Amino acid sequence: MKTHRNAELGLLAFSMTLVAIYAATVEANQFDTIHSTFWIPAALLAALFLGLHFVVRFTAPYADPVLIPAVALINGLGVSFLRRLDIARAISNKEPIPGVFAGTGGRQLAWTLAALILAAILLLVVRDHKVVSRYAYTLGLVGIVLVMIPAVLPSSLSEVNGAKLWIKLGAFSIQPGEFAKLALVSFFAYYLVRKREVLSLASRRFLGIDFPRGRDLGPVVTVWLLSLLVLVFEKDLGTALLYFGLFVVTLYVATERASWLIIGLLLFFGGVYTAYLLGASVGGPFANFYDRATIWLDPFAQANYDKAGGSYQLVQGLLALGTGGLFGSGPGAGSPGFVPEVRTDFIFAGMGEEIGLFGLAALLVCYLLIVERGLRAALGVRDSFGKLVAGGLAFTLGLQVFVILGGITGLIPLTGQTTPFLSAGGSSLMANWLLIAMLLRISNAARGPANSGGSSDRPGGPKKAPTQLHGAMTEVIKP
Amino acid sequence: MNAPLRRAGVVILVLFGLLFANLNWVQAYKADDYRTSDYNRRVVVAQYERPRGVIEADGKGLAENKATDDTLKYLRVYPKNEIYAPVIGYRPVSLGATGIENSENDFLSGESDTLFADRVKDMFTGNNTGGGNVVLSLSTKAQETAWKELTNNERGVTKGAAVAIDPRTGAIQAMVSMPSYNPNPLVSHDEKAAAAAYNKLVKDDSQPLLNRATQETLPPGSTFKVIDSAAALSSGYTPETEIPAGSTYKESGAVIHNAEDEVCPGSQVTLKEALTESCNTGFAKLGVKLGRDKIVGMAKAFGFEDEKLTIGNLKENRGLPVAASRTGAIANPDGSVDKGALAQSSIGQRDVRMTPVQGALMAATVANGGKQMRPYLVQKLLGPDRRTIYSADPATLRTPISESVASDLKGMMISVVENGTGKKAKISGFDVGGKTGTAQNAVGADPHGWFIGFAFNSKGEPVSAVCVMLENVPGGHASAEAARIAGLIMKAAAGGGD
Repeated sequence: MKTHRNAELGLLAFSMTLVAIYAATVEANQFDTIHSTFWIPAALLAALFLGLHFVVRFTAPYADPVLIPAVALINGLGVSFLRRLDIARAISNKEPIPGVFAGTGGRQLAWTLAALILAAILLLVVRDHKVVSRYAYTLGLVGIVLVMIPAVLPSSLSEVNGAKLWIKLGAFSIQPGEFAKLALVSFFAYYLVRKREVLSLASRRFLGIDFPRGRDLGPVVTVWLLSLLVLVFEKDLGTALLYFGLFVVTLYVATERASWLIIGLLLFFGGVYTAYLLGASVGGPFANFYDRATIWLDPFAQANYDKAGGSYQLVQGLLALGTGGLFGSGPGAGSPGFVPEVRTDFIFAGMGEEIGLFGLAALLVCYLLIVERGLRAALGVRDSFGKLVAGGLAFTLGLQVFVILGGITGLIPLTGQTTPFLSAGGSSLMANWLLIAMLLRISNAARGPANSGGSSDRPGGPKKAPTQLHGAMTEVIKP
Repeated sequence: MNAPLRRAGVVILVLFGLLFANLNWVQAYKADDYRTSDYNRRVVVAQYERPRGVIEADGKGLAENKATDDTLKYLRVYPKNEIYAPVIGYRPVSLGATGIENSENDFLSGESDTLFADRVKDMFTGNNTGGGNVVLSLSTKAQETAWKELTNNERGVTKGAAVAIDPRTGAIQAMVSMPSYNPNPLVSHDEKAAAAAYNKLVKDDSQPLLNRATQETLPPGSTFKVIDSAAALSSGYTPETEIPAGSTYKESGAVIHNAEDEVCPGSQVTLKEALTESCNTGFAKLGVKLGRDKIVGMAKAFGFEDEKLTIGNLKENRGLPVAASRTGAIANPDGSVDKGALAQSSIGQRDVRMTPVQGALMAATVANGGKQMRPYLVQKLLGPDRRTIYSADPATLRTPISESVASDLKGMMISVVENGTGKKAKISGFDVGGKTGTAQNAVGADPHGWFIGFAFNSKGEPVSAVCVMLENVPGGHASAEAARIAGLIMKAAAGGGD
């Protein structure tokens, strides 16, 4: 059975070449000349990804060969774009050109190193994804705590741009929700594997659709309420949508019941619409969501534009995208300085001005590739827990991309999500690389020979056949 | 579990499809709207990518550019500060432009159709040649003399205006408004500082942003007697025709006095003497005798009530807007002629209001043999390579009086300066004519001092016509200081010594 590791190496080389070309174009546009050092950031990135490649070679030899190169391309372009912003700022402040490790770009490079080390550790420690299910309840608790911390903290310690999603500790700020995703997916997967029989078989038929029993609705309603609380108290529709979507999809995959999807969608959109109406009439904690919705409905209205916390960001992002047009101005030739929050939430708009519709479409395809490869790992892997984890993680990643990019391009109300692998920031980068490491691990099990990917091929290790999930006895229906 | 996983994959595909479709909407369909949106700062930055054209007069740059190293590559600089501000205006980063900077914006920025070839050339050479240059008709000497004399006037007046025109062409030689403002802080690239400077000017009670030469209308006082005289001469009077006068004249409740007892105390005075001495009673009675229609008609023929006049570029008929001068209704509530009002209006009081530009146009018309030339400021438009793209082609705006009437009126006005109230305007080497005006405005306030006049050189050519207006002049003889300044401006405009 082929491992396709050399294909991965080749694709990685291609990705890094693109990153180097991007960096060269930036220098050509910013300095009117290309310095002989332009390739250094790309080379450093290449060395980092090469390191991960070798870890994968030895710990997950059958892993999907497309994942790392696709993510590396996005990550590398992110670092290069952030460095491009540093260069532009240095030029306008008449400072010397920032060093490779200086500025936001340098910090992002360092975060990439940290994220890759974490990913490598995960690959080295978790030799079999099923081991994770042992800690499912711990992870579930950790996930909920991580989600709730910013909501509980005072705004001064948790609010950035109207969304309470952060823990601010001096110069550092962490977005715990990014890590919570991973923990919650593992917990949901474990929980649903146990409950799937009950949830999928016990039902009442209504209007030709099988609806679950009332008492089985408990966990769904709990998660729904939790995500609405997030919407109201963390003032963030995107995060709420993310958690709820994640849960509904894993539920659907586990039970194969479309009724869960219908119930989930009705509950979610009903909740959102109610929050909108409450925001219009009652205000209070719902006002923020109502404001965001009105901004979204008409960003170019003068009143919305001039309002503090109004549509200024959204409009400037759209103008950047529109100015870029089909082909973009070319890397380094645009004016991302006019886009607010261009290093984080609006990085896609800032890049969009320079790489145009064609460049952004290529980026979208990269994301799509990662998500679909993740889903493919879920299809291929043989155990239910692995299927649910891989499917949940891949779907969440796709949903997050949709939520933030849809927000920036005015498709849905804007929310403060990070753009995976692109935005400046350590939390997002580390959490998403962990996600990729998990997908690599599961795809290794999916693509490898039947006896690989489990603890059985670990020489000298304790042999414990993973035929049954640890402690995960499937519940049977009691009539 | 595989079937729902596949369906989840389809959902992701649909979501990404939506993203892609929406990106097409934003980056392709709406791209042009967004690229040129008012909210898009890149539009502003792009305008600063190439140097804006220079505004100049007599070969001297009045609005120039300085290369900067911020995102806006060129800073607009007005080296003469406030002297030319009412004419040139200013072009700030984000607020609206004013003056010639506004009316010739397309040409200065290089976006004008006439400069299309230059833009195409730029595309191939990769250069950013600047916008087109505007050459003003102003005489820098006249303009600077006018500013100096106005601001250093001997009565300590703080508000006023002066306009000088070449009667033969309509070219504006000088246009000064006092107080003025320094346009440089307003075009600062530090937009907060620029907005603060602007707000300070807006709040200033002396209205420095107001171009008093074109936008302020005030009672013209006795300068309006030029209109009466023109109406009389056109109705068959001659300068020697005797008209009734006297020390006082009562008409329908209005009482007209002369400025001083020794002015036309006799019952009869010739038209010429009446103008020379500025006989109020004589002109009030003349106005009533000629009737409202003739007075108002002649005022209109000279340009009163014209709401559309702009001074700038003759071809495009765009430039600085000029407020309409007015004669007022001169009517009773039932519409019939109010004779008292007519008597007062005939000496430029009551509801008569005039801009300094209108005053200068009246003097210029008389000097030019009855033909009023359309005033203009833009003498030439030069391409970035200084090739001439447009050259002002003087045009007659209106002909209110015949050549013979103009000739008689000219003689009468010269008599004003030679023998009458306008002696202060006399300048050596020129035949100067004119008319003074002292306009009562508010109870207890000092009167406004006016002088409108013209100068002929030794060859008999009308070289300059001028109007000087000083608001609320203290110390009596309000018009004398205006006449003095008018003489100096005309001398400078005619290129005479200093």
